[in-house]
Amino acid sequence: MAYDKFQILKSTAVPLPIENVDTDQIIPARFLKATERIGFGDNLFRDWRYNSDNSPKEQFILNNPIYKGKILVGGKNFGSGSSREHAAWAVYDYGFRCVVSSFFADIFRGNCLNIGVLPVQVSAEFLDKIFKAIEINPETELEVNLQNQTISIVATGEQESFEINSYKKDNMLNGYDDIDYLTKMKDEIKAFVETRPF
Amino acid sequence: MNTTLFDKVWDSHVVRKIKDGPDVFFIDRHLIHEVTSPVAFLGLKSRNNSVLYPDKTFATADHNTPTINQHLPVEDPLSANQLKALEENSKEWGITHWGLGHQKNGIVHVVGPENGITLPGATIVCGDSHTSTHGAFGAIAFGIGTSEVEMVLTSQCIMQPKPKKMRINITGELGFGVTPKDVALFIISKLSTSGATGYFVEYAGDVFKQMTMEGRMTVCNLSIEMGARGGIIAPDEKTFEYVKGRLFAPKGEAWDTAMAYWKTLKTDDDAVFDEELTFSADEIEPMITYGTNPGMGTGISQNIPNAEDVEGGVSTYKKSLDYMGFAEGEAMIGKPVDYVFIGSCTNGRIEDFRAFASIVKGRKKAANITAWLVPGSHVVEAAIKEEGLLEIFNKAGFVLREPGCSACLAMNDDKVPAGKVAVSTSNRNFEGRQGPGSRTLLASPLVAAATAVMGVVTDPRTLL
Repeated sequence: MAYDKFQILKSTAVPLPIENVDTDQIIPARFLKATERIGFGDNLFRDWRYNSDNSPKEQFILNNPIYKGKILVGGKNFGSGSSREHAAWAVYDYGFRCVVSSFFADIFRGNCLNIGVLPVQVSAEFLDKIFKAIEINPETELEVNLQNQTISIVATGEQESFEINSYKKDNMLNGYDDIDYLTKMKDEIKAFVETRPF
Repeated sequence: MNTTLFDKVWDSHVVRKIKDGPDVFFIDRHLIHEVTSPVAFLGLKSRNNSVLYPDKTFATADHNTPTINQHLPVEDPLSANQLKALEENSKEWGITHWGLGHQKNGIVHVVGPENGITLPGATIVCGDSHTSTHGAFGAIAFGIGTSEVEMVLTSQCIMQPKPKKMRINITGELGFGVTPKDVALFIISKLSTSGATGYFVEYAGDVFKQMTMEGRMTVCNLSIEMGARGGIIAPDEKTFEYVKGRLFAPKGEAWDTAMAYWKTLKTDDDAVFDEELTFSADEIEPMITYGTNPGMGTGISQNIPNAEDVEGGVSTYKKSLDYMGFAEGEAMIGKPVDYVFIGSCTNGRIEDFRAFASIVKGRKKAANITAWLVPGSHVVEAAIKEEGLLEIFNKAGFVLREPGCSACLAMNDDKVPAGKVAVSTSNRNFEGRQGPGSRTLLASPLVAAATAVMGVVTDPRTLL
């Protein structure tokens, strides 16, 4: 098993209603120097979260104890920019297991799926509903049901379905990853190599 | 037969199709560097796997390397540790490794083409989003995450859903002082940073046919900045001429076989794209960005747009201008600048330095400007010296540094201080990209050179 199984996640959520949140904000390049996958959560949103003297910026959402939970809700075009998987690692290491947005950058979405963080793409209208619900009540819980491919606002029952291909869905439900799949295919791959011109 | 170039290359690399899932996609050439590979090697070991085809992976140190005194030990212990990990992992598995100081060392997307690792019709990946650069050769090339680096090491494959297809045509001829960088920044400003997400882009039309290989690399490099996974340009005689004779390019009979195949790599006349856009070259002038993503760019003679005139959230737009210290409606020309950076996988090749030299020749660096001139590789550095460009730079008050990614992402000491403004030939103007609190204006080497000698944002056409 490559990572935690993801089935149903019911949690409060942290709202970040900013568009085009890029990977350099999720984790700045100067924190990419580790040779092991540890401690990245400490630097999640580093420059939005801390001043240059490392004191917390009080107005930033992660420094507000009212907002907590395993779901991060971001504005449109979340995760644009670099291919650094460290961005997904930082999200995971901080404690998030699901990111909700109305639009994701491709590589970030793929990186999340590869480490067991579920990216849930909802309509702009539903994203707005989630932001408003959390604004009114920070204790608002969301429920993400991977088997049914639904996300709902628990208190109101408002719900939307989301897309995920059945291969990735099966992986996430069972905690398998692509390497598990590929290592079983080696003979087929070796035969394929023989057909390549260079 | 109604197939696109992209389809031809993609489909020939599918080992297995998974129903309602990704394709098992074969990778011909894999590039690695010190930052995104160590955890992949750890994963490989923890699962008791081995590198399946070490001769298809190539390593170079670039992201965190210093650009001065490379002959001395690297001072930052974390960077030194990553460089050591790259060297040791390469040695352990028999992977070609060009470490710091090696004559073939340089930025991964500069040394790939220089050494014939990049070939038409190939699939190329690297744990770096600007891998899209290699699409200039008619290759399918894109950035991957570290989990996927481990997949390639283990199986020479990754699992990818096939992207949709977009074609961007630019007709006509580029105007005076307009470079490939301007073409790319123009397209991104039209599409936004997410306008091509989910697509692979083919660039077509007169402008790209006329463009040099290095210019095509600059354009394909920036494909990711509009959200596209990659960009591709059909190979032609210029491509074959560039590739021929390079270190890892096919030779003799293998070359002839490859050429026969490469000549088939073009989009059929009746092929259909999911999205097709056409622009005229007349619309493009030298470009510059004013905000905190590469889509926030404008012709250099224009003013910063008003929030109501741009797509997307007004609050996000205003937050971005606040960060830059700019206001709606202000002119870009004449804006004070503190730093100028020429280099990176976007604009760190010899033609970029020739362009820079064409403006600074016989002039002097402005006193208020700190300039970093960083070649993309030792090969570029050597050409700068051989062609006499170094002499031009030195006479004008500029110093040449040693190769690396440098101030593009500021993982080394080349950091722009908080609040300072840099005109940069690199690829991202995100908040803090060039150092915490730094403010970046992306532009071409010509704009960078004009700004470096005048000390404020300057239209290069006034100096050419």
